[in-house]
Amino acid sequence: MSVIIVLLIASVSVASLFLAAFLWGVRSGQFEDDYSPSSRILFDDKPSSTNQSI
Amino acid sequence: MDIFVLYMASKATTNQQLQCYHCGENCISGKIHLEEKVFCCEGCKMVYLVINQNGLCDYYDLNEKPGISQRITVRKDKFAFLDDKNIQAKLVSFRDEKQTHVTFYLPQMHCSSCLYLLENLYRLDKGIITSKVNFTRKEVDIVFLNALTSLRKTAELLATIGYEPHISLNDLEATRPGINKSMVYQLGVAGFCFGNIMLMSFPEYLGIDASEEGLRGIFRWANFTLALPVLLYSSLPFYTSSWKSLKHKFLNIDAPIALAIIITFIRSAYEVLSGTGGGYFDSMSGIVFFMLAGRILQDKTYRQLSFERDYTSYFPVAVSVLKDDKEQTVILPEIKAGDTLLIHHEELVPADGILVRGKAFIDYSFVTGESLPVLKEVGEIVYAGGKQTEGNIEILVVKEVAQSYLTKLWNRDEFKKQEETKSVSFVHLLSRYFTYIVFAIAAATAIYWQIHDAGRIWPAVTSVFIIACPCALLLSNTFTNGNILSILGRHHFYLRSAQTIEDIANADHIVFDKTGTLTSGREQDIVYEGEPLASEQEQKIAVLASYSSHPLSKGLARYIGIIHDRQVDGFKEMTGEGIEGFVEDDWIKIGSKEYVTGERNGEEGTSVFISINGKQLGHYRFYNHYRESVPGLVQELKKNYRFSVISGDNASEKDNLKKILGEKTTLLFHQKPEDKLDYIKSLQQKGKKVMMIGDGLNDAGALKQSNIGIAVAEQTNNFTPASDAIIEAKQLTRLARFIQLCRANKNIVMASFVLSIVYNVIGLFFAVRGNLAPLIAAILMPASSLSILVITFGSSSLQARLMKL
Repeated sequence: MSVIIVLLIASVSVASLFLAAFLWGVRSGQFEDDYSPSSRILFDDKPSSTNQSI
Repeated sequence: MDIFVLYMASKATTNQQLQCYHCGENCISGKIHLEEKVFCCEGCKMVYLVINQNGLCDYYDLNEKPGISQRITVRKDKFAFLDDKNIQAKLVSFRDEKQTHVTFYLPQMHCSSCLYLLENLYRLDKGIITSKVNFTRKEVDIVFLNALTSLRKTAELLATIGYEPHISLNDLEATRPGINKSMVYQLGVAGFCFGNIMLMSFPEYLGIDASEEGLRGIFRWANFTLALPVLLYSSLPFYTSSWKSLKHKFLNIDAPIALAIIITFIRSAYEVLSGTGGGYFDSMSGIVFFMLAGRILQDKTYRQLSFERDYTSYFPVAVSVLKDDKEQTVILPEIKAGDTLLIHHEELVPADGILVRGKAFIDYSFVTGESLPVLKEVGEIVYAGGKQTEGNIEILVVKEVAQSYLTKLWNRDEFKKQEETKSVSFVHLLSRYFTYIVFAIAAATAIYWQIHDAGRIWPAVTSVFIIACPCALLLSNTFTNGNILSILGRHHFYLRSAQTIEDIANADHIVFDKTGTLTSGREQDIVYEGEPLASEQEQKIAVLASYSSHPLSKGLARYIGIIHDRQVDGFKEMTGEGIEGFVEDDWIKIGSKEYVTGERNGEEGTSVFISINGKQLGHYRFYNHYRESVPGLVQELKKNYRFSVISGDNASEKDNLKKILGEKTTLLFHQKPEDKLDYIKSLQQKGKKVMMIGDGLNDAGALKQSNIGIAVAEQTNNFTPASDAIIEAKQLTRLARFIQLCRANKNIVMASFVLSIVYNVIGLFFAVRGNLAPLIAAILMPASSLSILVITFGSSSLQARLMKL
């Protein structure tokens, strides 16, 4: 019986983690702009010309 | 090198027009080039050089020809006003001693190349720390160091690479409204609680061994705890909305819902406390979750669009004022009658004034929708809202900005009073009847049990309230609205809110603006009158015309169509008068009557005169071009609507309009912005529900006053006056079908509501008997919600498909 209570606490805390992640995602504006992140990831990080001297 | 490229260029023109490497516009000469890359103008070449020198050539690799044409260059000291401390304070979002955070609106942003370049600003200017783009809003957030750069320099940097920030008077006045995310948080919390309560209610649904009676209690208490956030946090929108409506002595749909939520909670809490049952926490949190989801879907707005624009969004922050022959930058609200303003090329006239120097060519397309510039001579009055298109002018202000012919419209009462909901949705009325019936059933149940078994009054009555909550009505309404909004949005018809759907469906009289709405602002019908021209001559005229950026020349060149490029020598453009030059061996003059023939008067309408080798041949007349979609649209709408046309223009198009719109149509000409508003008002006093379709700032009053104002935009990025809906001009053909879809909305809501009543009756059957088992409640609630969801989504999408949308 007590093992069910442990499981209960475990499952609710995992779910709370997801809830927290969702709230954080909304707060930091991740759902606001659905175009830029998908393009941004494709940009190459070329070293800028000033750093090339080394 | 030069000769080689010229050769290449001329060879290319025989096959196809050369396109600018930077912006993709047609290159007229092909003389501006860098190695093998050809540019349309020096401006584009400059931008290319800047980008190339900083190793940002990925800009051109991500998309082809991503740039913005630089033919119209930004004046050097245009952003001088950004050095003003007061203006700075109003524009920046954060500033300390070291750095400044600012957000600029860049309407030119359109592709991933823009994103790339704008996020690499730090490579162009060491003072910029970061720049982050929000593509949906077309904004860039910039953080820069005060020691190394300034607000003005940042704006100028953006302008030099082709992204001139749009800073309007509006930015000074209002603080930007933040997006309200609280409902999304509430949805998240409700979803979390709903899921967990459902899981923990399984012992209730399936029964539990008598030996594990203790567990049941734990689960019930866990459910109770999880239901608290739903009651106290997630349901807040329903409490506030119903409280607000009750304060206005109006019973909206949220009031019975809030009541049902509270009663369900109290009843369930009582059962848990007394150990008599598990309560209905699962149903309660589930319904709150679904209702919030529907609300969010319905309220999903188009953030890139603004439905609230007034003249301040068009007007610049500051203008140049001449004082003692010196140019000073003064912010717009401080302009006074008697000041002399210097209006530069491509700048807006911000106040009514008398032209004192220069030749004004004012483009009033923002105001009237008419794209052909109007010529004004010294001494004539220039009205605010127009854009000077050729060279600089000076005007003497006669009226302050807020008192001008155009802007005083916003001083009227109609604009001052706060926006209240123009109409009330039918769901509120329906829910009111529903509530009365529920109260009647509850009373009947109470009386019945009072006689038979007094102990069962309490469970029976509360069950009635739980089951009969009009949440199904709310669900079907919000989900249907949400789906219709998104279907219409996909077809570039953007509504301000869900209520607009109903307003569209209820309209019975349509008022059109003429210029820019029924006619296209961009195109003109051109007719040649005079001595017949040989096709060779026509071609030479077109080539010469293509050298000028004046709208009439451009229109003429497009109308004739250039087959291949020819040599032009000695090209001369007299601002506002005409152009001349040698095309091969013919000396051609194109322009106003005075310019070409030397005669002054007798010019009516818009005409362009032509002479070749000094011999006057004839003229091209420019007419308004009616959109191709208009006759078809009128045919479709004729059955259900009466029409009116209100135009600021003269009555020259009267016969044409009668032909298109039918004899019964009311036609009004010479209408001032206020007249348009008053006309709509007079229609409304006759009991008409008016739909106004317009485009310019002069329609702003009419759009505001009408029951439903639809703004027509050539592109959705363009500025439109405040309205209830924005439609892309190309989609006007479909307007009749859009309206039909909006009308279908009500039927769909009603149909799914009837279905939900069936569920309610089944539920009530158990409830009035006082034995609503948790399992039945747990099946009924999600089943009814989900089936309503499926029906509303399915039928509104099906309806749209049937209409071929």
